[in-house]
Amino acid sequence: MPSSAPLLVMRDIDKRFQGVHALAKAALEVRPGEIMALVGQNGAGKSTLIKVLTGAYSRDAGSIDFDGRPIAFALPQEAQRGGISTIYQEINLVPFRSVTENIFLGREHRRFGLLDWGRMNAEAAEVLRRFDVAIDVRRPLLDFSTAIQQMVAIARAVSFKAQLVIMDEPTSSLDEREVAVLFDVMRRLRSEGVAVIFITHRLDELYQVCDRVTVMRDGRTIMTRPMAEVDKLHLISAMLGRDVETVRGHATGFSDAAGKAGDEVLSADGLKIGRRVRDARLEVRAGQIVGLAGLLGSGRTETARAVFGADPPDAGSIRLMGRAVAPREPADAIALGVGYCSEDRKADGIVPEMSVRENLTLAILPRLVAMGVVDEGRQRSIVEKFMKRLAIKASGPEQKIRELSGGNQQKVLLARWLCADPKLLILDEPTRGIDVGAKAEIQSLIRELADQGLGVLMISSELEEIVEGADRVFVLSDGRTVADLPHAEASAQAIMAAMAHEDPAATGEAAHG
Amino acid sequence: MADAPTLTERRATPDVVAFLRRYAALTGLIALLIFNFLVTPHFLSLQTLNVNLTQVATIVIVSVGMTLVIATGGIDLSVGSLMAIAGALAPLIFLSPFGVAHPTLGDMLAFVVPIGVAGLLGGFNGWFITRFQVQPIVGTLVMFIAGRGIGQVVTNGNLQVFHNPTFQFIGLGRVFGVTFQVIVMLVLVAVAAWALKRTLFGRHILAVGGNERAARLAGVPVARVKRWVYAISGLCAGIAGLVVISINSSSDANLVGLGMELDAIAAVAVGGTPFTGGQASVVGSLIGALLIQLLRYTLLANGVPDAAALVVKGAIIAGAVWSQQRARSA
Repeated sequence: MPSSAPLLVMRDIDKRFQGVHALAKAALEVRPGEIMALVGQNGAGKSTLIKVLTGAYSRDAGSIDFDGRPIAFALPQEAQRGGISTIYQEINLVPFRSVTENIFLGREHRRFGLLDWGRMNAEAAEVLRRFDVAIDVRRPLLDFSTAIQQMVAIARAVSFKAQLVIMDEPTSSLDEREVAVLFDVMRRLRSEGVAVIFITHRLDELYQVCDRVTVMRDGRTIMTRPMAEVDKLHLISAMLGRDVETVRGHATGFSDAAGKAGDEVLSADGLKIGRRVRDARLEVRAGQIVGLAGLLGSGRTETARAVFGADPPDAGSIRLMGRAVAPREPADAIALGVGYCSEDRKADGIVPEMSVRENLTLAILPRLVAMGVVDEGRQRSIVEKFMKRLAIKASGPEQKIRELSGGNQQKVLLARWLCADPKLLILDEPTRGIDVGAKAEIQSLIRELADQGLGVLMISSELEEIVEGADRVFVLSDGRTVADLPHAEASAQAIMAAMAHEDPAATGEAAHG
Repeated sequence: MADAPTLTERRATPDVVAFLRRYAALTGLIALLIFNFLVTPHFLSLQTLNVNLTQVATIVIVSVGMTLVIATGGIDLSVGSLMAIAGALAPLIFLSPFGVAHPTLGDMLAFVVPIGVAGLLGGFNGWFITRFQVQPIVGTLVMFIAGRGIGQVVTNGNLQVFHNPTFQFIGLGRVFGVTFQVIVMLVLVAVAAWALKRTLFGRHILAVGGNERAARLAGVPVARVKRWVYAISGLCAGIAGLVVISINSSSDANLVGLGMELDAIAAVAVGGTPFTGGQASVVGSLIGALLIQLLRYTLLANGVPDAAALVVKGAIIAGAVWSQQRARSA
């Protein structure tokens, strides 16, 4: 059982990237033989903190004591030899080699200069048996399921005589039965005195295995508590930085006016997509801003992409502009009048080497063409109109988009869809990573567009944005739509309660799993 | 308005770098020309010009298609093999009893069919790569290996020797003293450069190469664009294959287009088109091919053996890639 002397103490950790604080006086303390949950929103600093611990990043300030001694690992391999093993979401093993080879990679047993396969196979089988995994260790790793592969990764970690095992979202690719096996392994590690840091976005899981929880937000450690003393609602409010009794103020550029709802532009029901989305429901009407709230990993982006045809759903029905459709490519949805701004501007939005002009007109280019040749006069006049209307700051339409600030890039991407005159615009985190001024501008623009009759589906992790901006709010939790709130009822408290599954009125599905 | 000067200042540096990067090959070419005017005997003659342009024409024709492929972030290893197939088919057609009986129709078909087949096989490359999500280098490797085999199978591995002035006009004919293949080359370069800049297809090529995921989400038909690009690369290779057999008055599926994929890739690289896709210069590839050719000529004309010229060619490619990387990190 947890002794009083902590195994790991990280104190006052600072880490800056190009002057921006990723970690500011972050702290983490783990006792031997305890399972510590580490939670926080995207960009809260969890993985940065772990990377500082394992030596993948160097720290700018602060101290780390492990097993009573100050440490400063320069490389993850050093941390591994020092007793700290990390298991990543994507399994970092060699799929084509045998289970034994993967467990012993880099520290093979030798006899007379040759590899001692007999001994290594026996030891590998032995260490896996401790976790009730009985497999042929001579077969290549890729023959086995993801869960078994994860077990092999853990066996590898343990065979390093690890005192601390870090698991970064290990359950994201496992099904429920496999998760249960993994939790058994975690409890077994605990009973052997090994400490575990468990990072996950699924809050239910925390309560099943964790002893304590550390919450991070904006690079800081917000609180550390025994798991039994925090309920889900408090956990969520600590992660999001909202008081449970939060008061609605005007923190965003949205005016409070609730739009008049027009014709239905989108309705989706019973959406099922991979493992992330199990039963999502949505409805957007013309002139409405519909907020889609949910914690990270709740399936918001997956749902939006399914509606847009980027990743077709496995099951469920979608209606766009009142017509039942099954978009298989974004082009299908675009043809019906849908636009989609991704949350990841860099990966899914901009074409960096192209000019503002080309990026802005990318989606409508086929309409600006006569006999295959682009009508540059029309193109230019559209670009000028929207650069003026959205106040895009650039040296001119020919400047490369990668040279613009994040806010201006986002405006160009918004304009890419606005110039197509859509009926439904899906915005995934429209103001993430954008400075305050541009943020308010974009928010009031969204409101203005909705007032002119555009249907908007807005995904946001910022509660203010949802609470103040949305005329109707759908809340996703663990891939299910658990609440459908009109503007008047969509308080921060109600949304957080829905995220925590604590509103029995929201859905009868709450008692799952 | 206060930040206007900083904006122009910020733009000034990349412009100079971009200019140097864009015209590095051209600068090298001009320097080499000046060197030759001064040093190489009899350099300034129409014959020298014709020899060099004629030798470079097939490489340039192939590298036009290759530039488009590389602009999408892909690569096409099959061009040499497609040249061999086109080169094997043409004589089969105009030497066939039908071709001999109807010479006009036979010669026409001897142009259209081989180029069409090469284009179709290129389109097959594109289909294979997009349908099964194969990496282009692996996807076109299939045709690189199989294509030369196909060429040898249809000819039973025989050397086909012929004399057909009408057909051979594509390699040997002259218009106003300029070999016809050079005109074909210039026309293809001009059309491709224009299309890349001005047409929907051209802009889609660059969008796919610049950010495939973003392009798809903006409604660009990514798979269709890629298929067409490989088909065009096949068409270019087909044309080049016919030019080669016309010059040689013979077709040997073992030899036609051998190593052409690497020459074309080298021309594109020296011409300043980055292999990451999203940016491309067809004229750059022309200059790159001319630079490599002229360098080789200069070394040979001044008594340096061909083996040493290969080393210099390698050095030029390394230098071109190096200058591009410097330009990007600056």
